[in-house]
Amino acid sequence: MQTMERQSVAPVHRTSRRPAPWPVEFYRSAVGKKWVMALTGIMLMGYVFVHMVGNLKVYMGAEDINHYGEFLRELLVPLLPRTVTLWLLRLGLIAAFAFHIHAAYALTRINQQARAEGGYVSPRDYQAANAASRSMRMTGVVILLFLVWHLADLTWGTVNPDFERGDVYRNLVASFERPAVSAIYIVANVALGLHLFHGAWSMFQSLGLNNPRWNSWRRGFAAGFAAVVMIGNLSFPIAVLTGVISADDNDDCRVSDGTIETCELYAEGES
Amino acid sequence: MSPNGNGSAPGNGAGGDHETMDITLHVWRQAPGGEGKMVTYADEARGISPDMSFLEMLDIVNERLIARGDEPIAFEHDCREGICGSCGMMINGQAHGPERGTATCQLHMRKFRDGDEIHVEPWRARAFPVLRDLIVDRQAFDRIIEAGGYITAPTGSAPDGNLIPVPKEVADAAMDAAACISCGACVAACPNSAAQLFTAAKLQHLNLLPQGQAERYRRTQAMVETMESFFGSCTNHAECQEACPKEISIDFIAYMNRDYVKAQVKNRRLAGQQS
Amino acid sequence: MIGDLESRTPAGPIEDRWTRHKFDMRLVAPNNRRRFDVIVVGTGLAGASAAATLGEQGYNVKVFTYHDSPRRAHSIAAQGGINAAKNYKSDGDSVFRLFYDTVKGGDFRSRESNVYRLAEESVNIIDQAVAQGVPFAREYGGLLDNRSFGGAQVSRTFYARGQTGQQLLLGAYQQMMHQVALGTVTLHTRTEMLDLVVKDGVACGVVVRDMVTGQVSSHSGHAVLLCTGGYGNVFYLSTNAKYSNATAAWRAHRRGALFANPCYTQIHPTCIPASDEFQSKLTLMSESLRNDGRIWVPVDPDDTRPPDRIPEGERDYFLERKYPSFGNLVPRDVASRNAKAVVDQGRGVGPLKNGVYLDFAAAVARVGEDTIRERYGNLFDMYERITDENPYQVPMRIYPAVHYTMGGLWVDYNLMSNVPGLFVLGEANFSDHGANRLGASALMQGLADGYFVISYTLADYLAGLLGSPPVPADDSAFADAERSVGDTVARLLSINGTRSVDHFHRELGKILWEHCGMARNQAGLEKALIEVPALREEFWKDVRVLGGPSLNQSLEKATRVADFFELAELMVRDALHRQESCGGHFREESQTEEGEALRDDDNFAYVGAWEWTGKGSVPNLHREPLDFEYVKLTQRSYK
Ligand SMILES: Cc1cc2nc3c(=O)[nH]c(=O)nc-3n(C[C@H](O)[C@H](O)[C@H](O)COP(=O)(O)OP(=O)(O)OC[C@H]3O[C@@H](n4cnc5c(N)ncnc54)[C@H](O)[C@@H]3O)c2cc1C
Ligand code: HEM
Ligand code: HEM
Ligand code: SF4
Ligand code: F3S
Ligand code: FES
Repeated sequence: MQTMERQSVAPVHRTSRRPAPWPVEFYRSAVGKKWVMALTGIMLMGYVFVHMVGNLKVYMGAEDINHYGEFLRELLVPLLPRTVTLWLLRLGLIAAFAFHIHAAYALTRINQQARAEGGYVSPRDYQAANAASRSMRMTGVVILLFLVWHLADLTWGTVNPDFERGDVYRNLVASFERPAVSAIYIVANVALGLHLFHGAWSMFQSLGLNNPRWNSWRRGFAAGFAAVVMIGNLSFPIAVLTGVISADDNDDCRVSDGTIETCELYAEGES
Repeated sequence: MSPNGNGSAPGNGAGGDHETMDITLHVWRQAPGGEGKMVTYADEARGISPDMSFLEMLDIVNERLIARGDEPIAFEHDCREGICGSCGMMINGQAHGPERGTATCQLHMRKFRDGDEIHVEPWRARAFPVLRDLIVDRQAFDRIIEAGGYITAPTGSAPDGNLIPVPKEVADAAMDAAACISCGACVAACPNSAAQLFTAAKLQHLNLLPQGQAERYRRTQAMVETMESFFGSCTNHAECQEACPKEISIDFIAYMNRDYVKAQVKNRRLAGQQS
Repeated sequence: MIGDLESRTPAGPIEDRWTRHKFDMRLVAPNNRRRFDVIVVGTGLAGASAAATLGEQGYNVKVFTYHDSPRRAHSIAAQGGINAAKNYKSDGDSVFRLFYDTVKGGDFRSRESNVYRLAEESVNIIDQAVAQGVPFAREYGGLLDNRSFGGAQVSRTFYARGQTGQQLLLGAYQQMMHQVALGTVTLHTRTEMLDLVVKDGVACGVVVRDMVTGQVSSHSGHAVLLCTGGYGNVFYLSTNAKYSNATAAWRAHRRGALFANPCYTQIHPTCIPASDEFQSKLTLMSESLRNDGRIWVPVDPDDTRPPDRIPEGERDYFLERKYPSFGNLVPRDVASRNAKAVVDQGRGVGPLKNGVYLDFAAAVARVGEDTIRERYGNLFDMYERITDENPYQVPMRIYPAVHYTMGGLWVDYNLMSNVPGLFVLGEANFSDHGANRLGASALMQGLADGYFVISYTLADYLAGLLGSPPVPADDSAFADAERSVGDTVARLLSINGTRSVDHFHRELGKILWEHCGMARNQAGLEKALIEVPALREEFWKDVRVLGGPSLNQSLEKATRVADFFELAELMVRDALHRQESCGGHFREESQTEEGEALRDDDNFAYVGAWEWTGKGSVPNLHREPLDFEYVKLTQRSYK
């Protein structure tokens, strides 16, 4: 009278069990990936925060911000040749991004496989999951795309017609004066805000940083951090659009610094 | 307590001196091996007493289906006291329905209004295949326990129960985790179909206790890796905590993550010493 | 031993009997154990602990359960706690006192030797559970905490919040799953045993049905252990889990195993009354509530006023009135019977007039709401969740419900039934509780049987079979059993009548509750002896089981209810023949003027074990006389 086969539940994911050095083993596991993701997340957070604070110098006028750009390149000179430190930082940043994105991608695949195909047919009524937590992947990708564009805009200047290497201030204003560009920045930074709102809380759990005594602060920290970075970053395009910052009070680098050489100096320095 | 008839007539469920209510049900029906679909029952869930449990409401619907010659809705249940973990279904998009910290069998109809539409689906996850209607196969949970969810204590080998004092706080925390009834709501509620809450609860119950220390890191690695071979990964939605009928905290997930990192290092080190 | 039943009870001073017996029994050498196949049916406390222990010792164990996971067995629902004569509180407890209390509590219808062994092993259970990581309640010093239970004068009950059964079962389950991982135990879930296979009078295997695929198959072994729990669900409404059933035990009975004391059923006084006709099960509330609650009903049967409007003068605190000295704290059976009496007089309360008040107003006034919340908070919450009434303001409504069955398959001191090779453990056997079980002693018995008794007594039996392979599963004995199972299933699926299985089960429950429930009398029992078979006939003519053999819950119920019908008839017969009152069995003809159970030790101090003699024919009664050397026979009194 048998009508169907009785099968015992088989694993959903095949995991390669070739023994490997433990960091590799560790990264193979999903918990390990989340851990790396949190760690790289923290690095990226550090970067966006410092970056935002650094950019605040635009409010102090061209001189400061431009010197800030120079300052970055002069880091640890003479200990290390000029821009080397910056490059080391960049490498770290690139690595962090690489891992963060790879982990994000791998985990996303795992979760897709783990879900039943079709999923629930009737609408879910989420109690705890919020817009931020559910859109991490999306906001992440938005940030990634933005970044590429951003580098092309303010670092290489390829999408910025009147880009002047080294004259950070001018470049900035020139970009943001175009509403379309400002729009991109605004959208991207809102995405970043969302991403951080969940990420900066989530990372505590992923790292196992949990203690009833201060658990309640974690939410606050994440919200605060996300808000500060987002508001800070949003202020720039808005400031330009509303004319709080404008090209006129741009005493460009020559004037500011007296000599043309210095500007060329910047240019050479870039390569 | 005298049952009457087979309940085919609407209103038979009427109990107590309460108003009765009429419900429209949308239930997932799926035959073994077959494709499933939502089926609407507009007349079968009339005259429901608010004092009934959700499962008793389904009992009535089934009585009426049988009377009418239709196969009853299959759903898992046993203790009907919220302790065995058999029951469980997605009710209006929430695992175990709208009442917090309550298993489906302890959910009562008074939580709904007359005229409500109720959508009922089985737990959904790749590792929880549907067997029939609302019944899913949760063997994956047993595999996780098998992998290391125990303390090795062969019968007869035990020292006196009071030999190792266990601080009350520790015993209480272990009990909080041990309260898990393995219902699977955490997996069902999780947008990633992750079994983190279940595994963490099972793991930390043992890892917290002095008796559990000897095997702590072996256990952690084995259980986590088995979990990962069946389920998704946790992105900390905390939806599981809301769905859990025993209100088990996601704090345990963090502790599990911590222990897993330690386990990775420690187990390697031990391995090194052995060779 | 007189009588035709060989109980194999060792002689000598009671405190050495078990030790001596353990030494006298034969052993199986470790290297020989894997040659023995042992079948364990059931993964409750008894089954899981037995499977784990036998697996550890190296036997080849096959485990079957109808649950989707072993950890869901009904044991999971046990709340209150587990007794052990640890005497950690040094309040005068001892193995002998636990033994004494249990024999007396069982109203002198249990075997002294068994009960003493139970008390002896109780202490090892706690050690074993602690080692497994069972999170028993602790004191601030870190030592194990105890509560007193079931009115015992000593504090000997160990507990894990309100989930003692759950935690103990998880411990045993995890220990068993470890063996599953090691390959000594093979686990078959969603697989129910539908027949016992007996060849040449010896148990040699089981026939099971895969509840998912519907496939029927045979498994052979050198011995079969039934750990399949109690049969309280024969009443339809009980505190037992919905799936709990008697099929395994009943099938064994039909294959020759004697069924002992089927009429001994325990009714628990403090349960939540049914709220409507479709009540599916009854929820137990710890009887500790009776320490502070006052039980009453209105004097006037048709008093419809809310309780708080009924003046003191028009209330009848019937327990306090009838038992001035014990008041609301009379034992389970007395409290239950009196509640039934007033409800039968039409003085019941609640929408269906099917309960009595358990009133905490006085206690709240006396010690304050906070103290009451401390003591019973979780119970009050559970009550409110189910009834939507706040017991701090409105008195609770309670009513007795079927809770536990002391009767079961007859076993000797080695837990082996009269069928060689068939062992019965836990609630499924009749052994240790006599006519009434004391609180927190069933968990103790299930685990003692599984962890500390069976491994010795089974070895003694298997030692005799060394070298002989198990009966092959393709033997004709198996084929016949498979056929009869197949036929039953096919028949149930083909009747296609007009009434659901639940309908018949409810009707059966009504008859039993009416005539073979809390109070029984000649006339009623004789009536039931006609009504039950009549309803059974209807069942086989008119039951409607839709669908096919694969994962069909109506079919599962149908096979179980079919067996309940036959068991019910035997319960009635047993109740009819036992013309005395003892423990859970109350014959109205045999009571003192205070309405207490009146034993008849001269004529009924024996175990009544029934032998199946075929469908429709009257079963044979075998008697195992009980003698009491250590606990004097006395009449219980609560004056
Ligand atoms: C609400 C409640 C509270 C209780 N509280 C306490 C308490 O506080 N203290 C105490 O000491 N006792 C208590 N008891 C009693 C105690 O829980 C039970 O007597 C005891 O757990 C029975 O255990 P068991 O192993 O014998 O059977 P069970 O735990 O009932 O296990 C039966 C097993 O057999 C399996 N099975 C049955 N038939 C078949 C079949 N045909 N095929 C395959 N598998 C089958 C089932 O799947 C299950 O795994 C309570 C009981 C109830 C109902
Ligand atoms: C560049 C593209 C990016 C992608 C695709 C991406 C994607 C993701 C995803 C999918 C997660 C997992 C969600 C979770 O675990 O909760 C995540 C977490 C996180 N991301 Fe990103 N992210 C990106 C960039 C960034 C940046 C720029 C930052 C910081 C400024 C950042 C900070 C974090 C943090 C802190 C977490 C939490 C880690 C954890 O929960 O363990 N991410 N990211
Ligand atoms: C409105 C907000 C922002 C402003 C005004 C801004 C401005 C700038 C400017 C002016 C530079 C060039 C600096 C130089 O060449 O010296 C720069 C570089 C960079 N920015 Fe931003 N930025 C913003 C947001 C972001 C965000 C959200 C990210 C990350 C997700 C980001 C990542 C980078 C990186 C990686 C570089 C290259 C740094 C280097 O050259 O090493 N920026 N940004
Ligand atoms: S953790 Fe909670 S939700 Fe998950 S299985 Fe255990 S009890 Fe159910
Ligand atoms: S809902 Fe899922 S994502 Fe993690 S916190 Fe709970 S498992
Ligand atoms: S039926 Fe046991 S938990 Fe719901």
